[in-house]
Amino acid sequence: MTDYHFNFSYIWKHFDRLINGLLLSLELALISIVIGAIIGLMLAIIYIDFGRKYKLFIGIYVELIRNSPLLLLIYLVFYGIPSIGGFEYSSTTSFVITLSIYASAYLIEVFRSGLSAVEQGLIDAAKAIGLNYLQRLIYVRIPTMFRIALPSMSNTYISLFKDTSLASVIAVPELMYGAQWINFNTFRVIEVYAVITPMYLGVGFVILVLLRQLEKKYRVDV
Amino acid sequence: MEEAISSIPHLIEGLSVTIQVTLLVVFFATVIGVILGVFITYGSKYIKYIIRIFTDFVRGIPVLVLIFFVYYGFPAIGLNLDNFVAAVVALTIFKTSHVIENTRGAIESIHFGQMEAAKSIGLDFKRRLIFVIFPLAIRRFLPPWINSVADTAKGSALVSLIGVVDLMLAMQKVIGRTYEPMPVYIVGLIIYVLINYSLSATSRKLESKYRFN
Repeated sequence: MTDYHFNFSYIWKHFDRLINGLLLSLELALISIVIGAIIGLMLAIIYIDFGRKYKLFIGIYVELIRNSPLLLLIYLVFYGIPSIGGFEYSSTTSFVITLSIYASAYLIEVFRSGLSAVEQGLIDAAKAIGLNYLQRLIYVRIPTMFRIALPSMSNTYISLFKDTSLASVIAVPELMYGAQWINFNTFRVIEVYAVITPMYLGVGFVILVLLRQLEKKYRVDV
Repeated sequence: MEEAISSIPHLIEGLSVTIQVTLLVVFFATVIGVILGVFITYGSKYIKYIIRIFTDFVRGIPVLVLIFFVYYGFPAIGLNLDNFVAAVVALTIFKTSHVIENTRGAIESIHFGQMEAAKSIGLDFKRRLIFVIFPLAIRRFLPPWINSVADTAKGSALVSLIGVVDLMLAMQKVIGRTYEPMPVYIVGLIIYVLINYSLSATSRKLESKYRFN
């Protein structure tokens, strides 16, 4: 240690920025996983149930998004698309769009393996009591799939929560942006990171524990 | 479109920095990660505990926090790192925690009978590891390891935020001159996807090749 003097008073003075940022981070991750799950579920069903020709497109979609850096996707959606489309959206909207698409690419895989893990006997039983395709999907396959996919989904949520830190690069006022704001205005760098690191860790841990309870409750033995 | 083509030399310069960062990070993370991974599997209770805290801590925070902390935070305690070095250090810390877990998973997947058999023919611990466990475990280690190489190439885009002129920042600079974001982003996207896709495809291929029955 050199002669660095810790001074947390500036952090507490601007602590509301961090708290609001944290709440926004959680919210962004939640909205994105919901939208991502809807897109991912539809694409996963198409992938499994509707013929070969869609598989290629969905495969390209998944590989394209999973193999490019999230930072690049964020820039592309925020700066790139409005520049050719001639419209604008707020940084928060653009980030939610990006993160939802990003989440959907990961969730397709999760749902695809979840749907294929639904026991054939269950689907046959649903057929036997006369449910049609849509009813089988809504009442039997999707609910069972969600119970199988829950652990992977909670991991995805936590990693999305951490990924929201990237929203700071386009000035979405989430936790990381709050931290940087304090850095640039008070230069209390170490103190800021000493505060937000436990915030990320603690919140991530609490979410993990809560989701593990949920998983235990809805666990199915495949 | 012309801008996109004329920007390619700049992008290639950036790409070479991205590749340098990736290779350095992968090298250091693999060396440190495998050693710590052996310790976490065979070490005493306390060593396991310490390494476990390290991996859970590092994996629990966003990489961006780690990068900014190393670059902006370390100078305050007297460690002034160049931005390139800071980027490599931060990403290495992050990647090491993944390699530790890969190593642990790979070693633990080997049946304990192998270890016992090696003991019974009188090999000491070092030889048991080198001649019995490692050759078996490497098949389990390789596919996730290649995935994490691809992940590093992807994650290295974040170093642009502390001013390292990698592919990402080279793109931003070109855009700053041409004001035509879309073509440049698409070229960049294609470069990243090509690198990462080839790596992850290799990983999948090895995984199916090395599957034990």
